[in-house]
Amino acid sequence: MMVSSSAYLILSATIFTIGVLGFLVRRNVLVMFMSIELMLNAVNLAFVALSRQLGSLDGQVVVFLVMTVAAAEAAVGLAIIICLFRNKKSVNVDDFNLMKW
Amino acid sequence: MTYQLLLPQIFLFLWAILIFIIDFVRKEKKHNLAYVALLGIVITTVLVLTSQKGELFGGMFQADSFSAYFNLIFLLTGFLTIASSVEFTQRLPSNKGEYFGLILLSMVGMMFLASAGDLLTLYVSLELTTIPLFVLASYRKDEFKSTEAGLKYLILGGISSALLLFGISLIYGLTGTTFLTEVRTTLIVRFLSTGNVGPALVLGFIFMIAGFGFKLALVPFHMWVPDVYEGAPTPITAFLSVASKATGIAAFLRVFFHAFLIFQVDWVMLMAVLAALAMIIGNIIALLQTNIKRMLAYSSIAQIGYILLGVVAASSRGVSSVAFYTFVYLFANMGAFITAIAFSHKTGSDEIKDYAGLSRRSPALAAMMAVFMLSLVGIPPLAGFMGKYYLFSAAIEQRYIWLVVIAILTSVISLYYYLNVVRQMYFQTSTEESPILMGAALKTALLICVIGVLLLGIYPNIFLNFANQAAMVFHY
Repeated sequence: MMVSSSAYLILSATIFTIGVLGFLVRRNVLVMFMSIELMLNAVNLAFVALSRQLGSLDGQVVVFLVMTVAAAEAAVGLAIIICLFRNKKSVNVDDFNLMKW
Repeated sequence: MTYQLLLPQIFLFLWAILIFIIDFVRKEKKHNLAYVALLGIVITTVLVLTSQKGELFGGMFQADSFSAYFNLIFLLTGFLTIASSVEFTQRLPSNKGEYFGLILLSMVGMMFLASAGDLLTLYVSLELTTIPLFVLASYRKDEFKSTEAGLKYLILGGISSALLLFGISLIYGLTGTTFLTEVRTTLIVRFLSTGNVGPALVLGFIFMIAGFGFKLALVPFHMWVPDVYEGAPTPITAFLSVASKATGIAAFLRVFFHAFLIFQVDWVMLMAVLAALAMIIGNIIALLQTNIKRMLAYSSIAQIGYILLGVVAASSRGVSSVAFYTFVYLFANMGAFITAIAFSHKTGSDEIKDYAGLSRRSPALAAMMAVFMLSLVGIPPLAGFMGKYYLFSAAIEQRYIWLVVIAILTSVISLYYYLNVVRQMYFQTSTEESPILMGAALKTALLICVIGVLLLGIYPNIFLNFANQAAMVFHY
């Protein structure tokens, strides 16, 4: 049975929303970071589904680059989180409040 | 294919790698790599000025007068940033060389972005721009404030690129291509044959504007700006406030003016509201700030609101006024930040009240700071006045009277906090008498900024001609 593209797109939109909600609700930096990855992967799913529907390969090329960039971003992000943890012994964003307007 | 078009980018990239290698290999760490980096930027500037126009990879990479104009903005900002970082890096405990390599890499990303003719190039170069900046913002890794700034920038940067990508995926789904020119023709064909393009396009606009909004620090997406600006090392704050914003502007113009100008009814009103919000909220919160870096952060949010006036006008004159004002903003804002760098090197303070009596301690520095502040307000005959004049007239031409009224009223509000700095320097006294001493590189950078502010105010035509040429790239 062929699953229609719209099903994939709805799934992708749902995962993206879960990512946004997770980012807004959770207070743990690592979980917030995972939520961002979830959003990026939702976009990847949308690209692959659209690529199949449109019969063009552009979407799949985009996915490879998005994955590469996300990996680079995760490497830098985790390094910064380690630095923060060394300074503060915490990964809770509520503790990172040295600056407030 | 003529890869010659890519020469400035390739050269700067190799130069950045060279700096990493020198830093890794050398044993004596006493020489400063800043001058090597500055040499690389000067050579790249010559390459940009002598480069040809054309396109590569079927239009993915566009080398035209628009990209040349913005490349010069990025190179000049990078030059001023590196010149003002010399003393900062001397005080770093370790990793002195990588700092310059990362700035150059970020500039390579910006230069690619100004030439992006494809949504994929745009995304990848945007990430190449921001990932080094995450590292740079948290460069004082032993300081909690700096790492906190880095983390905040990273998380908001990640969210913004996810939103931008979601917008891109909608546009891709609608048109089946990521090339901006093809996106444009496909959308026009669909619009002419069916009469409307559907809600997915508007949704794509909203997601992409939200994505760019984080980069540009538009008002609902500006929460990260003051914290990152305060926590990051001051030279990096200066770089963020000018180069990163110019990148956002270049990317926005590339996408929305290249591909979506025909559908401007769907997004211009949204941008007008965002511009009004940026001007009102940026200026009002700036009134309350006591730290100069936070004050400049909110002022930069307000300045983006003024720049958006030209975007909202959606005309050739609008784009050229945006390009011109970006140059004006570069000189005035970099100058203000460089003064803050010199001041905090000597005193260790970023508080505005500590600027009291600066006119007696260092008359030249105080006079230059006053020039930058007055230029940011837009007092004639300084550059800020000419820049705002062109922006406002472009908006009035397209009948956005209400927006210009808001812009003028908020400019009056901004007088208060900009002149507060001048008041502290000239009319308050302090017991401190020692002058603020600066190194040669910092002095040169300041001098370039002052000359730029005066030159653009008195002879705007030199740069305006270039800005007009840059604006010709788009079809209106």
